Amino acid sequence: MKDFYLIAIVVMIFVVIFQIAKASEYVSVLKGEEKTRKQNNKINGFLLIIFLILGLYGAWYCNELYYGKTLFPQGSASVEGEKIDLMLYITIGVTGVVFIITQVLLFWFAFKYQEQDNKKAFYFPHNTKLELLWTTVPAIFLTVLVVFGLKYWFKMTNDAPKDSVVVEITGHQFAWDMRYPGKDGKLGKKNYKLYNQPSGNTLGVDFEDPESWDDLHTTDMHLPVGKPVKLVINAMDVIHDVGLSHFRMKMDAVPGIPTTMWFTPKYTTEEMKKRTGNPNFVYEISCDQMCGKGHFSMRGVIIVESEEDYNKWLSAQKPEYFTMYPDKDPTIQRNSTDSIKTQPLAQAMPIQ
Amino acid sequence: MSTATLEAMAHHEEHGDAHHDHHQETFITKYVFSQDHKTIAKQFLVTGIIWAIIGGLFSVIFRFQLGYPESTFPWLEDLLGHWAKGGKLQPEFYYALVTMHGTILVFFVLTAGLSGTFANFLIPLQIGARDMASPMLNMLSYWFFFLASVIMMSSLFVQTGPASGGWTIYPPLSALGDASMGSKIGMDLWLVSMAMFVVSSLLGGLNYITTILNMRTKGMSMTRMPLTIWALFFTAVLGVLSFPVLLSGAILLLFDRNLGTSFFLSDIVVAGKILPNEGGSAILFQHLFWFLGHPEVYIILLPAMGMSSEILSVNSRKPIFGYMAMVGSLFAITILAFLVWAHHMFVTGLNPFLGSVFVLLTLLIAVPSAIKVFNWLTTLWKGNIRFTPAMLFAIGFVSLFISGGLTGIFLGNSALDIHLHDTYFVIAHFHIVMGVASFFGMFAGVYHWYPKMFGRYLNTTLAYIHFWVTIIGAYLIFWPMHYEGLAGMPRRYYDFSNWESFKMFGGLNEFISLIALIVFAVQLLFVINFFYSIWKGRKVTTQNPWEANTLEWTTPIRPGHGNWPGEIPEVHRWPYDYAKDGKDFIPQDVPVGADESKH
Repeated sequence: MKDFYLIAIVVMIFVVIFQIAKASEYVSVLKGEEKTRKQNNKINGFLLIIFLILGLYGAWYCNELYYGKTLFPQGSASVEGEKIDLMLYITIGVTGVVFIITQVLLFWFAFKYQEQDNKKAFYFPHNTKLELLWTTVPAIFLTVLVVFGLKYWFKMTNDAPKDSVVVEITGHQFAWDMRYPGKDGKLGKKNYKLYNQPSGNTLGVDFEDPESWDDLHTTDMHLPVGKPVKLVINAMDVIHDVGLSHFRMKMDAVPGIPTTMWFTPKYTTEEMKKRTGNPNFVYEISCDQMCGKGHFSMRGVIIVESEEDYNKWLSAQKPEYFTMYPDKDPTIQRNSTDSIKTQPLAQAMPIQ
Repeated sequence: MSTATLEAMAHHEEHGDAHHDHHQETFITKYVFSQDHKTIAKQFLVTGIIWAIIGGLFSVIFRFQLGYPESTFPWLEDLLGHWAKGGKLQPEFYYALVTMHGTILVFFVLTAGLSGTFANFLIPLQIGARDMASPMLNMLSYWFFFLASVIMMSSLFVQTGPASGGWTIYPPLSALGDASMGSKIGMDLWLVSMAMFVVSSLLGGLNYITTILNMRTKGMSMTRMPLTIWALFFTAVLGVLSFPVLLSGAILLLFDRNLGTSFFLSDIVVAGKILPNEGGSAILFQHLFWFLGHPEVYIILLPAMGMSSEILSVNSRKPIFGYMAMVGSLFAITILAFLVWAHHMFVTGLNPFLGSVFVLLTLLIAVPSAIKVFNWLTTLWKGNIRFTPAMLFAIGFVSLFISGGLTGIFLGNSALDIHLHDTYFVIAHFHIVMGVASFFGMFAGVYHWYPKMFGRYLNTTLAYIHFWVTIIGAYLIFWPMHYEGLAGMPRRYYDFSNWESFKMFGGLNEFISLIALIVFAVQLLFVINFFYSIWKGRKVTTQNPWEANTLEWTTPIRPGHGNWPGEIPEVHRWPYDYAKDGKDFIPQDVPVGADESKH
């Protein structure tokens, strides 16, 4: 019943607006159409200038409301992302000036040169000097933006530093999996045909390859602060995208075509909690490429911590090989025979 | 022109059909399988309006989900059945709605509805031709579009739902039925529908180009064509050269889906199944798609630019400033449109050097765009401006084109795009610059040429309400989205409430949804105005109501098949002689006087 009333009210409003509009048409016939037209012209000219003023105020007000929420005031959480922030500010500066000048001119001209009886328009079909002016000035500004942009682009897309921590991240519908290379610093080979859900080999790791024996398979990503990180990005099924908004980084995960990206985290998760004043702050990995019905829930977590904590965490993880083949696990053998002494994993797997 | 002559012309008009076709027009040949370019234009327009209502309604429904992710709406279940179980939109159907909204608005409304309408309507009228070069192909163009529409519409009703992988239909998601409900039969229907659509677009485009190049009336040299015609010409060129590439992509995707080929598939495990496909490239599809996809943006935008140029000049009572620069910049945009597609792919793992080339070419487009903006501003300068509804929409178009164009400079710069790619910043950018701006161009065109189409005026009061609510609403909806994008809020999310990084925009999302609802309601006001005025609108009594120079205003108030009852007028001047030599306007068919100054 409530819905019915609601619909009735909406229809009523439509009818009323429509009737007023029809009536205004008859009134204009009575008053003289030319006179009504001129009146409308004045009203709309006035509204245009009001729109400009309120619009510029609105843009400022919107900035007050939401700029803080973008977390741009806190700055990028990665060293490389600082360049992106700088690019953003340069671009806002340049385009902001153009925006204000052109919008003000547009609405001001419309208001100022509205039809007046005693006036004639100015016949002004072209002017080569003016046209050259607004071809070259934008070209110069754009060159500046391109030069800055490409400088940073090449820096960011260049090879990762040699001492980077390497983590492999694989997207599948609808979650992320991480793989750490272990103490040998090398990720074992993979072949998607080795995928085996019941055995737990969900990444298709080739366990014939000795380099895979010390690899770790985790769901959260832990990273040491201040060290460059290189992500090797894969997808099992459809295209996903590793979106790291706090680090200003993003890269697609394409099945069959591994991609990489690298960055250097600046703040630990704990530090970010203080910087943002949000006790629940967490670095999130968002999937930024439409991947199916669970796309919006494809959330990963990155924990950035001190090198010490990172190593501690790393040492507590058990290589996937041992989970798959428990009989090969030296720690289990030791328990049964007490004969083999193995080093604690913390020392066995230092970061590079 | 005296009333007597007008009546004589109207009388003539009734016999015009028989005169040119030598057979009796029945209802079917006059209104359904018509070969008259004006009727075909109206068919495109009405079909476009119907699609726009559907596409707009879809966006309102998914905005409800975004604005009120925690709430349930029982009426949604009444409307959509099991897609909104318990009054809550299901994620799969949310994605289907997003996909169909994009597909419908980009292709069916802003390509077919915009170019189809105005290219058909204006080209013969403004260049002085009786009809298109091939009226038969022109008719087929509409009916292929109609067929595409029927197929796309039917995909809404299949059990597994319509395509739901986004309007860009990237494989493997779109190739694998196991990856998504929408990638089952709905996706096949989408591809077949688009194939029909491409055929329609090619038939139309070839006709437009041929007509413009060959059928201009005496004296109508290329440089005397109105800017609308130039814009529609370049639009047709873009379409003819780029749509076939989409067709090839669509066909390869159909093969991958149904014939076991591996053009786009490699190394895939989906739903626990290991697929045999190896050696394909998912990225290859993106190249094929965006080779159309980017020109498509200009296919949508150029007609709006052309019409706005014309309307700004007529209503400023002043020549368009820098005609040759306007044509040159349209040409430059057309060329560059083919050379920038990979800027949609900066984060696909593209070779960084290749990326840098695309950055340069992309930002180059800003130069012709800037020329156009400053020329429009100068056209207004020292004019004597009449704020007809069409003029307001044209001014609104320029404002939106500036706002949305400038954010393109952010996204075209690959380094910045890394952060902004696939966020709400992109949504804000393209909705403003090609979505709403092109709609404004389209509205401007409808308000301006409605008297020529139907011999009646649209209600002006409703038109003013329509304009003001739409422009304010459009900015309120899309301006704050830039901030969401800066925070990295991803596109195509069904619900943000579990995300620590994005949930603080919940209030804003609700606000945007509310405004979207209001703006949608006001579009319905326009639709009512449109259909009501066809039969009940104020009648047009003068041949040239806007006091414009172009040739369509030399035809009778309601031109018949063949457009001019007598001889086609000869053209003696460019179409922008406003305020020249103390005369308010001098139509194109007026011979140049001996004492007339040369510009």
